[in-house]
Amino acid sequence: MGKKLLIPLGVFIVLCAFLFVGLWRDPREVPSPLIGKPAPAFTLSQLHEPSKTLGPADLKGQVWLLNVWASWCVSCREEHPLLVELGKTKIVPIVGLDYKDERAAGMRWLAQNGDPYNVSVVDRDGRVGIDWGVYGVPETFVVDKEGTIRYKQIGPITAEALETKILPLIRELQKS
Amino acid sequence: MSVAGPSQDAKCTAARAAGSGAHGARRLALRLLIATIALAPLAAGAADAVPTEKDAVAASRAVKLSEKLRCLVCQNQTIADSNAELAQDLRRQIHEQIAAGRSDSEIVDYMVARYGDFVLYQPPVKPTTVLLWAGPALLLLLGCLGLVRILRMRRAQGEAPPLTAEERERAERLLAGDPRKDLS
Repeated sequence: MGKKLLIPLGVFIVLCAFLFVGLWRDPREVPSPLIGKPAPAFTLSQLHEPSKTLGPADLKGQVWLLNVWASWCVSCREEHPLLVELGKTKIVPIVGLDYKDERAAGMRWLAQNGDPYNVSVVDRDGRVGIDWGVYGVPETFVVDKEGTIRYKQIGPITAEALETKILPLIRELQKS
Repeated sequence: MSVAGPSQDAKCTAARAAGSGAHGARRLALRLLIATIALAPLAAGAADAVPTEKDAVAASRAVKLSEKLRCLVCQNQTIADSNAELAQDLRRQIHEQIAAGRSDSEIVDYMVARYGDFVLYQPPVKPTTVLLWAGPALLLLLGCLGLVRILRMRRAQGEAPPLTAEERERAERLLAGDPRKDLS
């Protein structure tokens, strides 16, 4: 009888283990199929100089970050001080993708909160966002020298994610 | 206590009535909204063009496709149901791609390439999803096997060994209703 009871008990414990792990996983974080794939191309008008454009092709040969932000985005405020700090260190070029935003509102927002971006580009209708699989703002991508997406941060960058994942990855990619 | 009872009851009833009133109003508002949304394309379409056969086909394809795809913002809604901005943008993408002559599977591939299999309401059968697809059948099979085993065990237990002559005699005595002789 004792042995027979062990089977359902075992099943129960395994089930509990799965559910327990599930408690700490965020269902909103959908793994991106774009990791390991070439960064989707775009040519967008720059935020501060509308006559100039920028695209991933212009950044080939260096490791860079694409940070998706918007003036209407509340959680962007959460990560922004970290980005401003990162921008000051000049470790890595940061490109801002101003997602579904008014140009004037975007410029005002950066003037108020600080501008960590080497360049920001405007994705007025969100088409480039769709190409990059963006489904919420903020999101941040790490792109390597060959133009391959290596990492995606969904939601605000945290100090922990920056220290333990993003910065080590950037250093490693810069070496290669 | 007996006073508090009815008055509390009255309060509850009032609250319930208020609740259902609000509910009714909300439902009415919702119906009006749905009617407006349903009629809006008619009004818009009437102004510029008479819908042709092709448009109707394209529209029903767009609806079918958007019912297959998950909105990543409101994850329990399809992009047909959701009013999130992303869902609106993705619906626009579907319309544009249909107009550009893309096939349904091309459009679905386009979405999967950007958002992953998660965007599909019906997950594809692949090595990583085999357990998901086969799981229910597997559980049913296990249950059936378990049931068969238990039934067999019961039957084996149910078949009692034949009685010895002595036992048979005792049983007959008991059935005859003579308890005294059973004391032995």
